[in-house]
Amino acid sequence: AWSMSASAVFVLDLKGKVLICRNYKGDVDMSEIDHFFTLLVQQEEEGLLCPVMSHGNVHFLWIKHSNLYLVATTNKNSNASLVYAFLYKLVEVFTEYFKELEEESIQDNFVVVYELLDELMDFGFPQTTDSKILQEYITQQGNKLEVAKTKVPTTVTNAVSWRSEGIRYKKNEVFIDVIESINVLVNANGSVMSSDIVGSIKLKTMLSGMPELRLGLNDRMLFALTGRDKGKAVTMEDVKFHQCVRLSRFESDRTISFIPPDGESELMSYRINTHVKPLIWIESVIEKFSHSRVEIMVKAKGQFKKQSVANNVEIRVPVPSDADSPKFKTSTGHAKYVPEKNLVVWSIKSFPGGKEFLMRAHFGLPSVENHEMEGRPPITVKFEIPYFTVSGIQVRYMKIIEKSGYQALPWVRYITQSGGERRFA
Amino acid sequence: MTDSKYFTTTKKGEIFELKAELNSDKKEKKKEAVKKVIASMTVGKDVSALFPDVVNCMQTDNLELKKLVYLYLMNYAKSQPDMAIMAVNTFVKDCEDLNPLIRALAVRTMGCIRVDKITEYLCEPLRKCLKDEDPYVRKTAAVCVAKLHDINAQLVEDQGFLDTLKDLISDSNPMVVANAVAALSEIAESHPNSNLLDLNPQTINKLLTALNECTEWGQIFILDCLASYLPRDDRESQSICERVTPRLSHANSAVVLSAVKVLMKFMEMLPKDLDYYGTLLKKLAPPLVTLLSAEPELQYVALRNINLIVQKRPEILKHEMKVFFVKYNDPIYVKLEKLDIMIRLASQANIAQVLAELKEYATEVDVDFVRKAVRAIGRCAIKVEQSAERCVSTLLDLIQTKVNYVVQEAIVVIKDIFRKYPNKYESVIATLCENLDSLDEPEARAAMIWIVGEYAERIDNADELLESFLEGFHDESTQVQLQLLTAIVKLFLKKPTETQELVQQVLSLATQDSDNPDLRDRGYIYWRLLSTDPVAAKEVVLAEKPLISEETDLIEPTLLEELICHIGTLASVYHKPPSAFVEGSRGVQHKRLPPRAGSGESTESPDVGQSGPSEAPPAVIPSQGDLLGDLLNLDLAPPTATVPSVQPSMQMGAMDLLGGGLDSLMGAGLGAAPAAMPASLGSAPAVGGGLGDLFDLGGGVGMPTGSYVAPKTVWLLAMKAKGLEISGTFARRGGIIQMDLSLTNKAMSVMTDFAIQFNRNSFGLAPAGPLQVLTPLSPNQTIDVSLPLSTSGPVMKMEPLNNLQQMQKYRKEGFLFSSLLEA
Repeated sequence: AWSMSASAVFVLDLKGKVLICRNYKGDVDMSEIDHFFTLLVQQEEEGLLCPVMSHGNVHFLWIKHSNLYLVATTNKNSNASLVYAFLYKLVEVFTEYFKELEEESIQDNFVVVYELLDELMDFGFPQTTDSKILQEYITQQGNKLEVAKTKVPTTVTNAVSWRSEGIRYKKNEVFIDVIESINVLVNANGSVMSSDIVGSIKLKTMLSGMPELRLGLNDRMLFALTGRDKGKAVTMEDVKFHQCVRLSRFESDRTISFIPPDGESELMSYRINTHVKPLIWIESVIEKFSHSRVEIMVKAKGQFKKQSVANNVEIRVPVPSDADSPKFKTSTGHAKYVPEKNLVVWSIKSFPGGKEFLMRAHFGLPSVENHEMEGRPPITVKFEIPYFTVSGIQVRYMKIIEKSGYQALPWVRYITQSGGERRFA
Repeated sequence: MTDSKYFTTTKKGEIFELKAELNSDKKEKKKEAVKKVIASMTVGKDVSALFPDVVNCMQTDNLELKKLVYLYLMNYAKSQPDMAIMAVNTFVKDCEDLNPLIRALAVRTMGCIRVDKITEYLCEPLRKCLKDEDPYVRKTAAVCVAKLHDINAQLVEDQGFLDTLKDLISDSNPMVVANAVAALSEIAESHPNSNLLDLNPQTINKLLTALNECTEWGQIFILDCLASYLPRDDRESQSICERVTPRLSHANSAVVLSAVKVLMKFMEMLPKDLDYYGTLLKKLAPPLVTLLSAEPELQYVALRNINLIVQKRPEILKHEMKVFFVKYNDPIYVKLEKLDIMIRLASQANIAQVLAELKEYATEVDVDFVRKAVRAIGRCAIKVEQSAERCVSTLLDLIQTKVNYVVQEAIVVIKDIFRKYPNKYESVIATLCENLDSLDEPEARAAMIWIVGEYAERIDNADELLESFLEGFHDESTQVQLQLLTAIVKLFLKKPTETQELVQQVLSLATQDSDNPDLRDRGYIYWRLLSTDPVAAKEVVLAEKPLISEETDLIEPTLLEELICHIGTLASVYHKPPSAFVEGSRGVQHKRLPPRAGSGESTESPDVGQSGPSEAPPAVIPSQGDLLGDLLNLDLAPPTATVPSVQPSMQMGAMDLLGGGLDSLMGAGLGAAPAAMPASLGSAPAVGGGLGDLFDLGGGVGMPTGSYVAPKTVWLLAMKAKGLEISGTFARRGGIIQMDLSLTNKAMSVMTDFAIQFNRNSFGLAPAGPLQVLTPLSPNQTIDVSLPLSTSGPVMKMEPLNNLQQMQKYRKEGFLFSSLLEA
């Protein structure tokens, strides 16, 4: 049984009321959606929420975004991954159209929403979902445009479906951001359970015409293929590319060649498996004196080069939900209690490499003990280190060729972010 | 100004007012009115009464207005079929518009108006649009063919649209190709036997070329279509794999999963010693791992699929244990799936790490997750023998936490560990007994009672412990009652002198005071057994139990193969074949992996070229594949009626199954034992069920080809079955395997209540329906019956119906009868 995806797509509010919907195939009764919310509530109560639910022979595949549920129905053996990818694409397109996707923006723009739903999917098959291209022929000022003016951009059906022709810039530039996040899971006894680096190369392209770009990285596999070895190379475990990159070309000779989408886009992401230590090492001592107080001591150490500085460091320390009357002492930065999240947030504007800082917190506990079981969320750390990547990845060149022969400048920025968690003892 | 103002009108006479506005001369007013109508429609008000007025607005040069009117038409045309005809002219006209956007809009909307009456008017415009110069119109028209086919298949065929659609596969525009492929695949689904897609190396080549150029969604259509192709040989298979692997680097997770599906399927055909085979295996791991960074719902789909992939090809991810470690903020459905995969990947090499993680999880707050983590520790003990001791001590640590549900889960899994490693860890029984009072869940109580009964001779106060449960016997769940009954009988057989009163008490509770037929029947059986032949009773009740194995949680191999062919789809998420949850898909061909490389079979005839049983499938119990579900528990498990869907449909591989596999099948103890008993022993159907297990068939019937039917041979001698003689053979008729039986009554009395049950067998062979023997069988009478079989086994409902529970229960107590009969 081969069937593409959704029979119908619904946007619901938090109470399960349908705000807007589109029936694509007509093989599932539209009133079936009434069962969705009942099922959802039921599963929520049982604590067994699942992204796929079924009622009779109807299946609901859903995601939640701000105060909305986006639900696809089907009675076939649909391609589930396609459906979820499409629902997330809907969120992306609507967000680019309306800035925020929420109940109000759906209501305020229902005419455009209908138009988009009509264009994004046909008979359950996703069609053009590139919002930049869609904006060329589906506009929010529809009433001003008369028929004669609105044509399908040839881009829609072109092999290059992400960039229109005729783009002009006075000054041709491309900005490249290399952003790395490290995810380190540290066990209660301080050993690193798992670590990986997820990198992303983002472009802001301001180039005229149809430029051909070629990005050169210090990719170990590329070096091995070309036989050159210029200093440090990086082994990328896995790479994912934007639609625009010629995948077969990369597969055969590791060349990253593409015609970029105009404006901002994520060109590629990669995953690196090297074992890394947390860049900011956290140690904590938490003493809980029942019925009276909790004392927390957190030590943070910058385990990166002395020349580098971590900015906007945020260390989030969970505290018991019934804690009160907080008192803090920090050797740098400031600490704040966020009771709605049961957290102490210790912020440090600038954290030089090699330095070590301390934070002490004192909380009162009520005399009547809270019997509710509480999770033991880990301590999490957020920061940014500019001009630096943990992996050592480098943009070696960005070649830009356009038939008009203009000169264009590439600008590269590096930044490292964190995404680590440290479990409690 | 936003559109929300259109929602505000709720006055009386609204429809009347709108009608007037729709008929206004002013363009702007008209448009505003249509917007109000659509707004009302959106909030669920019935505005179908305005149909003629809205349709009157259709002829406009305002695109936005036109779209709104079209939207209205799609919603209400079905309820106003007669008036929908009014719209036809405009559609026909719009399909000729100068602007391709309008032409496409018209052809797209046309197909969505599911009114039979107007479909024939749409054929000419559609024919033109299929040949339109603009690819945007052509790709929309391609989809429209699928829509029209859904409404009137015959019309589409008569008009020759299918051929035009096939031609579009060679279109110069990749988007047109992709949509034509999607439309054709969709149509082919409702014509399972048509050769619509007609995939051959030339079309495959076209598809592979388009793959590089079309949108991400188009790539998925093409990949899913490719997955249904059967390459001619391993070289073609490899060349397709080579051209598909670059898709693994696509940012869209759905593209990646569809590519994984094609690769997993086609690599089956590659010889394992081929270098490329190894390369491909290595290429699959990183993208699968990266899927775990996707949005949670996509992660979930990926994890459910990885669960299948690690069962099919464990080597791919065997070094990737750590990526499945649970993160604090993972949604619960992701956590549970990760846990499941962690155990599948657990091995001696990584067990220490796994256990440390599991212990960590067991202290979390989410009850379901904690329970599953505790069970997982038990699974590890059973899976990795070297870790058993460490697992047991971890479980004891957890019991010391005294967290109620942790203790209960721990006891349930420790019982399983006892079953796997007898006479090794019984020293912990004392600790377990300390927690007796805190057990309030039936499963944990039953597990504890089992332990006390099983090890009664080592527990000084076993009688007191069991007696304490007896007080509230009638308030216990059936599971606990059954277990208590068995445990006390065990205790009695081990310590007869002190426990006579106790056993009488429980037997009387079970047989006289209970309304539960299961319990009563088991009670009577024990009673008779104990009163007639205590020695036999001992042999039966205290018989050595088969060890449980880690394989119990594996998905049955044919189902696994089918699911691999459905990677990325709902079937792979549910771990059920599509026929189990999609209506009308019964009888549709089950997807199978291509013949395995080196299986020695001809791959020239793809129709029958299924893999032969070149590798003996492991003995498995195809319960619902949930790794952490209840372990095989011979004594007390409630019957799991969740055999992977009952499909009375045949697999394409049936012929091979009979041709190549029957010998081994029979030899392996298919145990297809039809049996019947006169209703003399209190419960005839139960006995029938028991017999199903008793008679392990000896005679094997070989059958070289599908059409040849071997003569019947005697399978069951009358002297072994109270006068019932059974002979039989297997035949294949119209694609269905049938078992032909002759039942002869060689006894003195009439036989009734025939029933049949199959033992589990590696081919999942099971009756596709009840055994139809309508008349009672008189002495010396013979009747012939033919029983259709399916491969959806292994446990089937019995006739007379009674209930499944009953059958299963007796089946589990199978040897009981064998002793009786021998005696």
